Amino acid sequence: MNTILVQDPARPVEAVRLRAVGDGGPILRVNNLEVTYYTDSGRAKALDDVSFTLNSGEKLGMVGESGSGKSTLALAMMRMIKAPGRIEGGSVVVGGGDLMTLDAESMRKARLSRIAYIPQGAMNSLNPVTRIGAQMVDAVKSHLPREGRAAIEARCKRALQSVDLDPGVYRMYAHELSGGMKQRVCIAIGILLDPHVIIADEPTSALDVVTQRQVMETIDNVQKAINAAVILIGHDMGLMAQFVDKVAVMYAGRLVEVSTVREMFTDPKHPYSQALISSLPSLGNKGVFQGIPGLAPSLLRLPSGCAFHPRCASAMPHCTTIRPEPQVLPGGRRVTCHLYDGEA
Amino acid sequence: MSLKLVIRRLLFLVLVIWAASTIVFFIPRLSSRNALRERFGELARTGGFSPADLEKIIASMNRQFGLDRPLYEQYWTYLGNILHLDFGYSLYRYPTTVTELIAQSLPWTLGLLLVTTILSFIIGNLLGAVAAWPRAPHWLRAFATPFILLTGVPPVIMGILLLFFIGFRLKWLPLGGAYSVGVVPTWTWTFFFDLMRHQILPGLALILGSVGGWVLSMRGMGVTIQGEDYVNFAEHKGLTGGRIFRDYYLRNAMLPQVTGLALALGTMVTSAIIVEGLFGLPGIGTMLNLAIRANDFPTIYGIVLFITIAVAVLMTIVEFIYPLLDPRVRSS
Repeated sequence: MNTILVQDPARPVEAVRLRAVGDGGPILRVNNLEVTYYTDSGRAKALDDVSFTLNSGEKLGMVGESGSGKSTLALAMMRMIKAPGRIEGGSVVVGGGDLMTLDAESMRKARLSRIAYIPQGAMNSLNPVTRIGAQMVDAVKSHLPREGRAAIEARCKRALQSVDLDPGVYRMYAHELSGGMKQRVCIAIGILLDPHVIIADEPTSALDVVTQRQVMETIDNVQKAINAAVILIGHDMGLMAQFVDKVAVMYAGRLVEVSTVREMFTDPKHPYSQALISSLPSLGNKGVFQGIPGLAPSLLRLPSGCAFHPRCASAMPHCTTIRPEPQVLPGGRRVTCHLYDGEA
Repeated sequence: MSLKLVIRRLLFLVLVIWAASTIVFFIPRLSSRNALRERFGELARTGGFSPADLEKIIASMNRQFGLDRPLYEQYWTYLGNILHLDFGYSLYRYPTTVTELIAQSLPWTLGLLLVTTILSFIIGNLLGAVAAWPRAPHWLRAFATPFILLTGVPPVIMGILLLFFIGFRLKWLPLGGAYSVGVVPTWTWTFFFDLMRHQILPGLALILGSVGGWVLSMRGMGVTIQGEDYVNFAEHKGLTGGRIFRDYYLRNAMLPQVTGLALALGTMVTSAIIVEGLFGLPGIGTMLNLAIRANDFPTIYGIVLFITIAVAVLMTIVEFIYPLLDPRVRSS
């Protein structure tokens, strides 16, 4: 399997409260994950051969245009792809066990306790008619049925405090909270059972920039406290750059590049990553921003060869016919592009 | 809910009752018929007293009922009487009071109406909720469709069909009446079962006719709610299917249905009146039927007003219950 292990040298080891993870290897291995939607107008391959690994305490930013498969990846990892979609193959190994082989009841128990999902909670992710506390309690209870009432309540209030919310929020309703507070509640729910992996799906959209930063810092803090691996899904490269260790770029259901943040911003390898980075505004770079020409392709009618070739500035003749395979470059970066065919 | 809102609701209730009672007072007066003259005219034909005596009797009766006084005076007296639920004497069944008539027939209607309304509300909403729930088994979801089709059948037709096939052809259940002829109502199990056997067909007619409406509206609501983010997040939290269904999906989809229940109460009363007549049950509906035929307007007032007040009060109760179900209403 092609795996890359990138340690972040900036993170002091003492800050990490280590937990029993076995040999200290990757806590999450996603291998060849494939998802297809069987629509009336044909089959759409929303995830195509997606593989990556994450260590405990590592943060991965997942970027890509709308429809590139970011959210499908999150749902597939939670095994919550709904018909007409289907997970066609691959494995998601969290802390030693493959989620894809679990029966429905074991998978239910794995959600939140081993792999947690934090939705874009600012709008509508909390039940409007029950108290926040009740929504936290039922999450704990469905995994720890024997835990006492008082212990559960204490656990929930601890979680609220760890996301800088007043424990009084426990007694409140969703409509009494601001967007940022609702998002924090969702984060608090996500960390209730100290999961190995946290997937945050655009946790900052629909929030103002100040709140965005606070929410990201909250995720950062709780993630450090429980030493979970985090996958952060979003479009905002700037916000990502400040918080994640690695960036993965998705295009048309494939992972086209995985690099450390520094490498991604200073020396992006894939032409699509290059186009993404050069489209970002920066203080030093005034003038006209470079957009990416063309539109994201329809998954129902993908271009032949490399799906990016019609929009690619560096496209070569064989890009239109031969599909590039993921390759690991010297130094551990992973790129899916014919430009680097000789370098792996 | 604030005290101010409670007071406003109660004032509104009073306003509704006043408006209803005023309409009920004036409408029968627009008719050219005179109940006293008809009643005693009939007696005169059979009893053989002179037309002059008849006029005397009618004049004295008019005085006794206050019908000789100006209309506005009658109206004031009437409003005053309503305040202590005194609807006066029945003209047709004098000297029985209208309140007594209502008291006699109310338990029959109340029993039938409450049981059928609650049953069809529960059955209809559960079926509708299941029909819109993607994780429910297919055979269970398909179960809702026949009930939706039945919504188009009015309760009278439904009642006639039930009577014909189950009562007349199959002879499984009695054709009408509240209990078997010759049976004396007593507090025994035998009487209770006899009573229940007579209630099944009218109850079924009411339930079958109304269940589909609940199924339809609940399914529409359910389709929206099942796609809500909080239902998805509940699954992400690893909750069991049953808990997601009950606390996240059903709980939210129910909210507009509770409002619908308040609105449906009026319709259910109308259906019950028709079905009671069809099955010969001695309830409010049958009583109202008889009163209309006899132009017994104190009884008409009384019953119509009583039903109006009952429905208005029930609606107000539902409105007070709603904030308990939806905290967003409570704080606004």
